[in-house]
Amino acid sequence: MNKLQTLALVIALVLVAALPPFLSRYGVNLMTQLCVYLMAVLGLNLIVGYAGQMSIGQAAFYGIGAYVAGLLMTKMGISFWAVLPLAALTCFVTGLALGFPALRVQHHYLAFATLGFNVLVFLVMRNEEWLTGGTFGVANIPRPTLFGLSLDSDRAYFYLAYVSVMLLALVLWWLLRSPWGRAFAALRDNPIRAESTGVNITAYTLLAFAIGAACAGIGGVYLAALVNFIEPGQFHLSVSLMMLLAVIVGGSGRFFGPVLGSVIVILLPEWLRFMQNWYLAFFGFAVVVMMIFLPGGLLSLGDRFKIRGQAK
Amino acid sequence: MAELIQLIVSGTATGSIYALAALGFTLLWQASGTINFAQGEFVMLPAFVMLFFIGTAGVPLWLAFLLTCLVAMLLLGYTFKRVIVDPLIRHGVIPLVIATLGLSIGVKQLVKAGITAQAQPFESPFPDGLLALGTIRVSCADVGTLLLAGLIVIGLQMFLNRTVTGRAMQAVAQNTDAAKVLGINVRRMVLYTFLINAVLATVAALLVTPAYLAKFDMGESIGLKAFYAAIIGGFNQTRGALLGGVLVGVLENLTGAYVSPAYKEGVALLLFLVVIILRPEGLLGKSEERKV
Repeated sequence: MNKLQTLALVIALVLVAALPPFLSRYGVNLMTQLCVYLMAVLGLNLIVGYAGQMSIGQAAFYGIGAYVAGLLMTKMGISFWAVLPLAALTCFVTGLALGFPALRVQHHYLAFATLGFNVLVFLVMRNEEWLTGGTFGVANIPRPTLFGLSLDSDRAYFYLAYVSVMLLALVLWWLLRSPWGRAFAALRDNPIRAESTGVNITAYTLLAFAIGAACAGIGGVYLAALVNFIEPGQFHLSVSLMMLLAVIVGGSGRFFGPVLGSVIVILLPEWLRFMQNWYLAFFGFAVVVMMIFLPGGLLSLGDRFKIRGQAK
Repeated sequence: MAELIQLIVSGTATGSIYALAALGFTLLWQASGTINFAQGEFVMLPAFVMLFFIGTAGVPLWLAFLLTCLVAMLLLGYTFKRVIVDPLIRHGVIPLVIATLGLSIGVKQLVKAGITAQAQPFESPFPDGLLALGTIRVSCADVGTLLLAGLIVIGLQMFLNRTVTGRAMQAVAQNTDAAKVLGINVRRMVLYTFLINAVLATVAALLVTPAYLAKFDMGESIGLKAFYAAIIGGFNQTRGALLGGVLVGVLENLTGAYVSPAYKEGVALLLFLVVIILRPEGLLGKSEERKV
């Protein structure tokens, strides 16, 4: 990033932070949802955009995080801040366990394995009533406190989620800048060459997948405390599909791709309320058209103009 | 004992429907490297087209089926290949996977918003009633499904193995470049594969819809089973899809009866995980060399 871009980013972040006092309660809630969703989608971008793997089960990890948080906080009274690393760890380990068999064979196998995993997790959430409450879900999940400060108000909780997602983004940014992260790019661009220079493909991809899963787990914890009530429907396979499409539509492998994608998936339907059921039909076909004409996602539009400009 | 046999028979019948969808899926992969994530919607759409012909045009089921085969070949075969697959296949597997995912959402929501969100009843091509063989009773629908699916599969195998066109299609699937050198019209053979996939999906729709009812999201479950059946059996083997389909159908039925009906949907996934751990190329598959 050059100086101008950094400046623009800082101004954009400050503007977003200054927005809530001018918004309705619903608007603030929506923006918090966006932050929470973004945590999971940033993690997915690591898997899809940087490690070059397909994952169609991000909502399963989102759900595991949310249920770990919901159950531990309501039934055992454990605090939000203790639950957070616990949920991340649970998802990390689950990610390793799921990714290991699937990544023995490349590409589409991880897609199918994660897809099936999502179905399975959904079934467990719905059927194991003794643990998850079944279709009744888990209710009355409390909001956290910070240094004795209550974050019960929607606005306060928005700022917590906003700062948290920025911190998470910063960690991922640093991760991708490290030599460890550089190996990803090598991996995605030419796996066989990367392997011949000593990068252990399977280990790196597996780790990327598990870290991505942990991000979704963290997002899940924030979601549970945001909506106070979780049920299986929030973590259905279709949610995973939308997350994947959010990454792709925004521009996978671009750091800000998921941000744009999440805005499209979370905020756009609110503005396009009048389209009702037709919105998703339109969205689906728009994805097809986009893959044909702009496979790099919306953020690759800028590059395209740049290349055209240089050609002249 | 009688109950077990009944469960296996009806499971095989359901499995043979999965196998039809899986077969089309495998054929597309072999001939053109297409992974079609909208395969389930390719079964759902013909069901609604058949309903349209029966309800609006008032034609009998068999004629509606034949007309739908034509519509499917045109729409899900030719148009799908020309508009979506041809421009994307050059970029590798992933963009096409995403495009078919988008297509799956688009088609599903279009039917939901434009036609109906309610499940529609669908007349069965087979008579009601049970066939008794000693203490074993099986429904006519299951027997009919098995017979029709069996007939289609045997017919397809004969076409692929005995006719010049069929053998040319196999040659394309095994080695596209060599097939081209031998003077085979590769583009046309690939197109045939897409047409066959469309017909297989229509047959699957005819067989599955009486039990599942025609609904915009009916393809989700069938599509999933088709993927898993194809991988379990071996992605690059036509016979593998059949074995995988029947295996998933039977095990689902047994799980539903003896373990827990709530986890019936999870059987295919567990079987899939076991297979990729023990035998990643699938039960009947041959392992593929990675190309640099």
